[in-house]
Amino acid sequence: MAGLRVEIEAMADPLLQAQGLVKRFGALTASDRLSLGVEVGELHALIGPNGAGKTTAIAQLAGELNPDQGAIRFAGQDVTNLPIERRCRLGLTRSYQITSLFRGFTALENVALAVQARAGHSFRFWRPAGRDRRLIEPAEALLDRLGLGGRAGIRAADLAHGEQRQLEIAMALATGPRLLLLDEPMAGMGPEESRAMVALLSRLKGEVSILLVEHDMDAVFALADRVTVLVYGRAIATGTPAAIRADPNVRAAYLGEEGA
Amino acid sequence: MLDSAAGSRRLGRPTRAGLVTLAGLVLLALLPPAMLALDQPFYISLGTRVVIYAIAAVSLDLILGYGGLVSFGHGAFVGAGAYVVGILFVHAQDGSPVLSWPVAIAGSEAALVAWPAAVVVSALLALAIGAICLRTRGVAFIMITLAFAQMLFFLFVSLPRYGGEDGISLWWRNTLPGVDLGDDVWFYYLCLALLVGFTLLCRRLVGSRFGRVLRAAKENERRLRALGVAPYPYQLTAFVIAGAGAGLAGALLANQTGFVSPSPLHWTSSGEIMVMVILGGLGTLVGPILGAAALLVLEETLSTYTSHWGLVLGPILILVVLTAKRGLYGWLAGRDRGDG
Ligand SMILES: Nc1ncnc2c1ncn2[C@@H]1O[C@H](COP(=O)(O)OP(=O)(O)OP(=O)(O)O)[C@@H](O)[C@H]1O
Ligand SMILES: [Mg+2]
Repeated sequence: MAGLRVEIEAMADPLLQAQGLVKRFGALTASDRLSLGVEVGELHALIGPNGAGKTTAIAQLAGELNPDQGAIRFAGQDVTNLPIERRCRLGLTRSYQITSLFRGFTALENVALAVQARAGHSFRFWRPAGRDRRLIEPAEALLDRLGLGGRAGIRAADLAHGEQRQLEIAMALATGPRLLLLDEPMAGMGPEESRAMVALLSRLKGEVSILLVEHDMDAVFALADRVTVLVYGRAIATGTPAAIRADPNVRAAYLGEEGA
Repeated sequence: MLDSAAGSRRLGRPTRAGLVTLAGLVLLALLPPAMLALDQPFYISLGTRVVIYAIAAVSLDLILGYGGLVSFGHGAFVGAGAYVVGILFVHAQDGSPVLSWPVAIAGSEAALVAWPAAVVVSALLALAIGAICLRTRGVAFIMITLAFAQMLFFLFVSLPRYGGEDGISLWWRNTLPGVDLGDDVWFYYLCLALLVGFTLLCRRLVGSRFGRVLRAAKENERRLRALGVAPYPYQLTAFVIAGAGAGLAGALLANQTGFVSPSPLHWTSSGEIMVMVILGGLGTLVGPILGAAALLVLEETLSTYTSHWGLVLGPILILVVLTAKRGLYGWLAGRDRGDG
């Protein structure tokens, strides 16, 4: 019995494992016994119709919402009761569907702050952060990577919507995550920017594990190793993109609706 | 915003904000000789009050302007600093110990004892009050900081040993080797030096990594957490530093007025410091100094014409707050500091 358990854990120890998450808002069950695993190196897509509970799931995994029931393990540790800032420092970082930036900071300062957060405590009172190469250089590199190289000095509030979405991702990346929880990174982006984001995500694959919430099915099926379909808070199917496409339940509950 | 403006600026061409600061500093430095020449020594004491309140206002700006923490009880720390000086003075006069247990503490008239003690006590008080208040947000934070200050107010009103409502009279100022604090001009310059030093310290703080976190918590606390930073310890540290600064102001104020009473603890005093910060310009450090000068000078002039000076001051305040985004400092220094 004990031997078997060890063997199972060694064999299939996913980076992230959520087990039986339940989250209720009054009468509404936004997560209904939701279980979900993300393997090391995997890009796992989480799809579902509007209001299916995708963002709610992300918030629980990231540590912003406490599940009513269930448990979450990350990197071999029970993180169910850890607050979001502790989970982030373990390498579990989320981005937001509705852009959440430091609007009065420049693009560079936004990313530099995330770099700083990763670098340990911020009880450093004397040296100007605005001239600290150890913050600026990694931040500039990330801005370049997200195509924001020329916009470093612009206040986040003054960036175009698509640029703000890119900045959102740059900040999440700057925390040095092992697993990125991306909540609709392409939401509201133009086609050009979306293409660039898909290209970036495919380059990120292998570098960092990703749980991707996305409505753009072409992007999902092109990028994902596995897909989980969420309907009314429940995972009705998990599998490879091909298996999901072929799944009659999924077609009935979701993909069919999309086509209609 | 702040550090990028400083970072992108090369040496040489002075900025408009820099010129405003420099002009203010020159004015403050020239005040005593000018007033002595005009035979108006009263204005030196007004100037001293401006400088002292400016220290308190700058310290409040650190948490209010940069941290977004609307503390309505900042007077508590000014009052605490003043009472430390007053209490040490009382005991030095009658030779009784301030405390005999668990540690023996004797009274003192020495500035080098009383002022650091005022700073430390205010900082510890801020640590205790901040540790509780910072668990709340928004209106609750405003109300609870206010409540703590009012509690201290009533505590001191009810302490006959220290004069109750009437407070403590200091027969003379604290002593400092080599400096005659009893001389108004000397005392003024010492206060000014402390204001400049404290403001420079805060300037460093807000530009540092610590300051970034403090400002980020004001901008978007939720995102800061999502990046792995819990704001509480940083906000508490800022609260303590601000309390220490206010305590220093309190110690100086006691020396300036020769008098320690519960009035700085009253919520109206906390409100006055807040008005100085907002009038001068939130999150600018130099602005609150302007605000302190403007408010105290206006009060002084208006009160010679009418006892209802509040009725005149109110509209002026509203006008400034509505028309200038960053208060008086924004008016003078221009909105966009990056363009100079
Ligand atoms: N804080 C909350 N209080 C009450 N109800 C909530 C709350 N957050 C989410 N909900 C509800 O829970 C359900 C799931 O919401 P959620 O945002 O997780 O969906 P989603 O799958 O991310 O949708 P979308 O594709 O539109 O982003 C919705 O019906 C929503 O109205
Ligand atoms: Mg959502």
